[in-house]
Amino acid sequence: MSAGRAGELGQSADRVRAHILRRANAAGNNGAHIAPSLCEAEILTVLFQEVLYKNEEDRTDPARDRFILSKGHGALGYYAAMYEAGMITEGEFFSFEVNGGNFPGQPSKHPEHRIEYSSGSLGLGLSYGIGLARSEACRRHPFRVFVYMGDGELNEGTIWESAMYAGFHKLSNIVGIVDHNSMQSDGASSDILLFDIAGMWKACGWAVVPCDGHDPEQLLSAFSAAHEDRPLLILAETVKGRGVPFMENAAEWHHSRLTDAQLEEALAAIERDRQYNHGNQ
Amino acid sequence: MSILGQRGTLGITLADLAKDEPRVVALTADLRNTSGLDRFAAAFPDRFFNVGIAEQNMIGIAAGLAAGGNIPFAATFSNFASLRACEQIRHFMSYMRENVKLVGFGAGFSMGMFGVTHYAVEDLAAIRAMNDIVILSPSDGLSVYKAVRAAALHEGPVYLRLTGVMNSKIIYKEDYDFQIGKAVVLPGGGGEIAILAAGSLLNAAMGAAGLLEERDGIAATVADVHTIKPIDGELLDRLSGCELIVTVEEHGTVGGLASAVSEYYAAKGKRPRQLPIGVSGPYQNAGDYAYMLEQYGLTEKAIYEKIIVALAK
Repeated sequence: MSAGRAGELGQSADRVRAHILRRANAAGNNGAHIAPSLCEAEILTVLFQEVLYKNEEDRTDPARDRFILSKGHGALGYYAAMYEAGMITEGEFFSFEVNGGNFPGQPSKHPEHRIEYSSGSLGLGLSYGIGLARSEACRRHPFRVFVYMGDGELNEGTIWESAMYAGFHKLSNIVGIVDHNSMQSDGASSDILLFDIAGMWKACGWAVVPCDGHDPEQLLSAFSAAHEDRPLLILAETVKGRGVPFMENAAEWHHSRLTDAQLEEALAAIERDRQYNHGNQ
Repeated sequence: MSILGQRGTLGITLADLAKDEPRVVALTADLRNTSGLDRFAAAFPDRFFNVGIAEQNMIGIAAGLAAGGNIPFAATFSNFASLRACEQIRHFMSYMRENVKLVGFGAGFSMGMFGVTHYAVEDLAAIRAMNDIVILSPSDGLSVYKAVRAAALHEGPVYLRLTGVMNSKIIYKEDYDFQIGKAVVLPGGGGEIAILAAGSLLNAAMGAAGLLEERDGIAATVADVHTIKPIDGELLDRLSGCELIVTVEEHGTVGGLASAVSEYYAAKGKRPRQLPIGVSGPYQNAGDYAYMLEQYGLTEKAIYEKIIVALAK
């Protein structure tokens, strides 16, 4: 990938952050999972724009790659990255957290809206991804399954039932992504439950590729890493709340409302970041 | 088929079904032989998934397979299927409505000496509370065969509850019509008392009806309620004029067949008195199947006596 394209993806990720913040603000008193969405921006921008096979015309093309957001509270970042990638319309994206709508605070399966999986209850997505990866549909139209997990989510025991299964059966059409922001709902993982994430996945038979989850070039090379006959686990180091200094590593921004004044401050921070990283283009 | 028990029949039926229906796959949680699926595994190794002792993962994988166009039958001990993986049932089968056929075998007390952890007397209560899941509880070999085929044809999640042990009595000696949601009223009866039974305890219910006839000249209607959900409302409407309706099940009296029947009648103007016969009270020390049925008053004699007491009231 050219340095120029990496820069474009970085800018695209910044726009994803702005989308997240504006929708969080529009959600009013319902609030949104803001910080856990902000840290997803580069990962999902690279995945949706450069890696995932999707059919522009036919959203339910049986050959499409499947994206499973197991970390359900990352929904706003997921919708924002799909919107930025042109996968969903503005009307769809703007229906975020609208009563009775198809884009609620945690995703609900509607393949016709490019939502492949209902999440919210943590730890369940990888098992579903394994089923898809071994299904009749995948046999006929070999696709890949991308399962996005939070590092806090890895506290759930059933994740490891699935990790062992995929590793033992060498399901090389599965790519797991762990969004390693070292934070969870109550604060720093180091105060709650900390363990050797890479070691655990390796022990389960996965090829583990660590990378900077905010660097498009590193992410792209991680997604294209050779993993032969093993499932691939991308361990992406991220910063929860990335891009908005007052939200970074701050547990209170896990789920919160965002006032108009805070929105302006957050957007200004992202703009400053953008100019610093990409020049005033 | 009844000599094989319900699990043996499950294995034969699924292997048979898989020949005609290429979408059928089977999963188990380290119980290939115990579930009767060894025959299926040998015939269709590429369509058999043994996930290890991981019931939660099994249901998630089954749901993904269903989303990818398969018809997965996932089989394990009823208690672990329904309670260890309870939230997976709610999430994947009820909320996401994936076309998973969950088979819980060894339900009730058939695990005998394995003890209380392996008994399943709360599974119906847990799963019946969840929207959109069809619940089948066949009574003998032929009815298991029919229930498995009906489950495969049904578009949507199904919980198939298997009870009893090997050498259970044959109930259906000839072919009959099995329809989801439609109880089978057995020949005879027609009086003021109706006995509704689910699972292999149907045998004991039929025995109790025989005693009522023989000793007291009472002709009781006996019905095989092989579908717990949706409950057969038409049958219950027809029986609404009875003096007494007796439900017999190898399950707690909370949340299973007894509850389904009384919930149905709750909103009706006219309803019979109900005698729920099932499992209640604290867990008792383990014993073999016949012993446990006796302890909980689920033999034909105990059922007969309970009915006589209820009629005297």
